[in-house]
Amino acid sequence: MSEMKFYGTALPGIEIGTYPGKLIVIEGTDGVGRSTHVTLLRTWLESTGYAVLDTGMTRSVLAGRGIKDARSGHTLGRLTMQLYYATDFADRLENQILPALRAGFIVLTDRYIYSAVARAVVRGADPNWIRSIYGIALVPDVVFYLRVRSAEDLAGRVLGSGRGFDYWESGMDLGLGNDYYDSFVAYQKLLLKEFDRMSGEYDFQVIDASKSVKRVAIVLRRSIAPLLESEPVTAMAPAPKETLKLQSGTTEPNVSLGVGKSSGEKTKVA
Amino acid sequence: MISYGYHRYPGRLFIVEGTDGSGKSTQLSLLYQWLKSEGYSVFFSEWNSSPLVKDTTKRAKKRRLFTPTSFSLLHATDFADRTERDIIPPLKAGAIVLADRYIYTAFARDVARGCDRAWVREVYKFAVKPTAAFFFRAPLDVAVDRIASARPQLKFYEAGMDMDWSQDEEESFKIFQGKILNEYDHMVNEFGLTVIDGTQPIRTQQRQMREIVSRYLKEKLKEKAVLAK
Repeated sequence: MSEMKFYGTALPGIEIGTYPGKLIVIEGTDGVGRSTHVTLLRTWLESTGYAVLDTGMTRSVLAGRGIKDARSGHTLGRLTMQLYYATDFADRLENQILPALRAGFIVLTDRYIYSAVARAVVRGADPNWIRSIYGIALVPDVVFYLRVRSAEDLAGRVLGSGRGFDYWESGMDLGLGNDYYDSFVAYQKLLLKEFDRMSGEYDFQVIDASKSVKRVAIVLRRSIAPLLESEPVTAMAPAPKETLKLQSGTTEPNVSLGVGKSSGEKTKVA
Repeated sequence: MISYGYHRYPGRLFIVEGTDGSGKSTQLSLLYQWLKSEGYSVFFSEWNSSPLVKDTTKRAKKRRLFTPTSFSLLHATDFADRTERDIIPPLKAGAIVLADRYIYTAFARDVARGCDRAWVREVYKFAVKPTAAFFFRAPLDVAVDRIASARPQLKFYEAGMDMDWSQDEEESFKIFQGKILNEYDHMVNEFGLTVIDGTQPIRTQQRQMREIVSRYLKEKLKEKAVLAK
């Protein structure tokens, strides 16, 4: 059980208590491999018998579409953008994250409030203002910060992935460079500085993202395992092993199940 | 980020506040006509008017997706867009901006819905402090009667039906408006709102309003506006 703690003013109308789930945050700038690791962790956790909810920015029912539309038109003012993201976050927190944690899910979130804070501060927002807005955020059980050494390294990774540079990821709205590359490097440099600044404040577990995907995945699993083992239901224990028959008829071999952990908990939440 | 009270622009910002049915919008449009006829360039800005946010708000209201927090933040998003688009640029250009409802609407409504007072004020810290803010005060029963006679049916959020205060729409609306009025009363001193008695004849209210507004208008603003044409 984790104690519910908020960074600032808790959400109105919320019952503060404990929750059986775990909130795990994967943070980092654009192109560090966050979503790859969320996918890998999800597969690993699910195969171990944990129900997982994964979420990320602009995935709220309330504001996701509105933000995407506004982004594609490049028409978002700076303050408007920060608040639109905060709306998206609040909706996901109240309607996805908290209910899942209460139901005992592991919530994996691709970015949390830290990216939003960094982007806002880099765009001239008052650091205290943006932090107070996100005071409604639940303090996660753990925050992993996938760190790269330099913005140039990031640029290489983004190009290597074949997606190319995106308008907002390159901070083109800030007018920092003459082209996407210059702007991307200048913008990501500023973001990296903000992340480093937040590292101590928010107790980041820093992971060197320049290592191979496999190495990073191993480090992540090793750090997450103790969090799960401290639970009374020790699903990570090697024994007893059972074969779990899923409703769909597919068989997953060697799924470790802890005592009292029912197959009903393996429900996926879209 | 420039915060509340620290914006310095040559223009003037006048805003009206009050519960639904307090008569504030009527007064603001009369003021608008007067200022235009006096030769000023005047811009009008309404609550809930950002084209960027409109569809999201509409959909959320229809599908009842809001919690008090997301209601508050989406309205703040709308207001930020209004500030960046409709309020700051004309003020910079030396024009007069009239706003129907301002941050105090959010403070009253969101706190009535249970949001934290200090938190909501912090969210809106980016707002420009108005030159003068008029609060049209009408007793609860007067306001409720005006709304009830003007509208066939109350909307879900407008009536505060999301808060489960009462299953009866009219009853819920009354409870909600009572809480809102209470918040406004607290803000009169906090923000130096100018209270106008909304039960007075329309012309009397307008006279009071024009008298106060004229104190803040300089001939310079006018000349500039005339030259711009």
